Amino acid sequence: MSDQKLLKPGNPVGIVGYGAYVPRYRLPAKEVARIWTDGVGGLPVKEKAVAGIDEDVATMSIEAARNALARSDIDPDQLRAVWVGSESHPYAVKPTSTIVAEAIGAVPDVQAADWQFACKAGTEAMVAAIGFVGSGMAPYAMAIGMDIAQGKPGDALEYTAAAGGAAYLLGAAEESLAVINATYSYVTDTPDFWRRAYQKYPEHGQRFTGEPAYFAHITQAAKELMTAMGTTSDDYKYAVFHQPNAKFPQRAGKMLGFTSEQIEPGLLVPLIGNTYAGAAIIGLSAVLDIAEPGDRILLVSFGSGAGSDAFDIEITGAVDERRDRAPKTQDYIARRTEIDYATYSRYRGKLVMK
Amino acid sequence: MEIPRHWRLKQQRYKLVGEVCPHCEAKLFPPRDICPDCGGEAKQLYTFSGRGEVYSHTTVYDAPAGFEENAPYTVALVKLEEGPLVTAQLTDLGEQDVEIGTPVEMVTRRLRTDGDERGMLVYGYKFRPRLERVNQI
Repeated sequence: MSDQKLLKPGNPVGIVGYGAYVPRYRLPAKEVARIWTDGVGGLPVKEKAVAGIDEDVATMSIEAARNALARSDIDPDQLRAVWVGSESHPYAVKPTSTIVAEAIGAVPDVQAADWQFACKAGTEAMVAAIGFVGSGMAPYAMAIGMDIAQGKPGDALEYTAAAGGAAYLLGAAEESLAVINATYSYVTDTPDFWRRAYQKYPEHGQRFTGEPAYFAHITQAAKELMTAMGTTSDDYKYAVFHQPNAKFPQRAGKMLGFTSEQIEPGLLVPLIGNTYAGAAIIGLSAVLDIAEPGDRILLVSFGSGAGSDAFDIEITGAVDERRDRAPKTQDYIARRTEIDYATYSRYRGKLVMK
Repeated sequence: MEIPRHWRLKQQRYKLVGEVCPHCEAKLFPPRDICPDCGGEAKQLYTFSGRGEVYSHTTVYDAPAGFEENAPYTVALVKLEEGPLVTAQLTDLGEQDVEIGTPVEMVTRRLRTDGDERGMLVYGYKFRPRLERVNQI
């Protein structure tokens, strides 16, 4: 492929600040199995993060965005966009992004919008923010991927559907702690997973989930990006893939020639579950917490329906000074209170009250 | 329905915006435009750091209308670093004990729904035990 397929802004863009958020509560997968399968069968993760009774995508996005601002050197009124990608926006109609923008002090001179593309809504907002900043339209833009994922009680998704995500403040490359060299997006119409209007829980399209959806899009996006950039798996210190369970990203990584040492630092799904629009980019925030200047990172998201955004990211010298200004991804993971299925049912509104 | 009130209070509720007295530099929360310390006019906005400690606390089992979903929950008087005492719910306690002097930090959370499931969502400040930073390099 020629590099004409790459998405590359006119002016170089990078990550000026970033912040993660994971709620406190954890539901062990064996607790879900205790309720629905008598404990029989394999488990896709150890446990998943569950949001508290007073949390939603707006409140979680606010905390991640505050962390991203703390790691930057800018004031919130310098932001010209606050974009939130999620498949669990608190309102059907009324933007999450205006609540977040108000709470972080970015209003009123700001573009605000909610994005939706299943699990890749976060990277979708990031790619748009690269365009916004890289075209010269805006100096800074905030892109957030955050979810409180829904899984039907007893369904395979209930073991993994989790809460969490990350916020990225994008700006000029020279002010960045990580430069985004290029991105590439690979999209087809694939019926692997959906949730119809007014439905509480999503459906998955039987065998479409694995090969034709996740693996096809992730590996194609990664291969096309690496070919256009003239890189191989050896050029990247870390690789982060969308992580619906522990197996899929490990297998995708192997198919692309990555070792487990490259993948493990960004593989959070065994401990926090699948945070949907937050899943790939919270893996990236965990890597940014430990990466050294000069390290290169491959990030590939996946969203059902279906598509992948692939990013080639390079760490700059600014990372050392900025990353301790806000809690790290692992700080949130270490803050952990285990709950049982009954508490989970109450926190997540699964009890019929009237 | 109290939509105008929620809208009017959003700055102080979402991000602890109070006032600072230009005469005696006292920090005021909630904002009241007249400094209770020196009596001068104080309309300059001031965003609080959100850090403070528990001054006193109690647990609510019989919640007032609109807060039943959250019960039981802990309410505290929080002494902000900048001086004022704020009444707020504590959240994210997990199994953590609350004591007088427990360091806390402000988070913006969903306080309640205005009316039934068709009503607007009301967001505002709560406090939680300060997040432990275990991975500081």
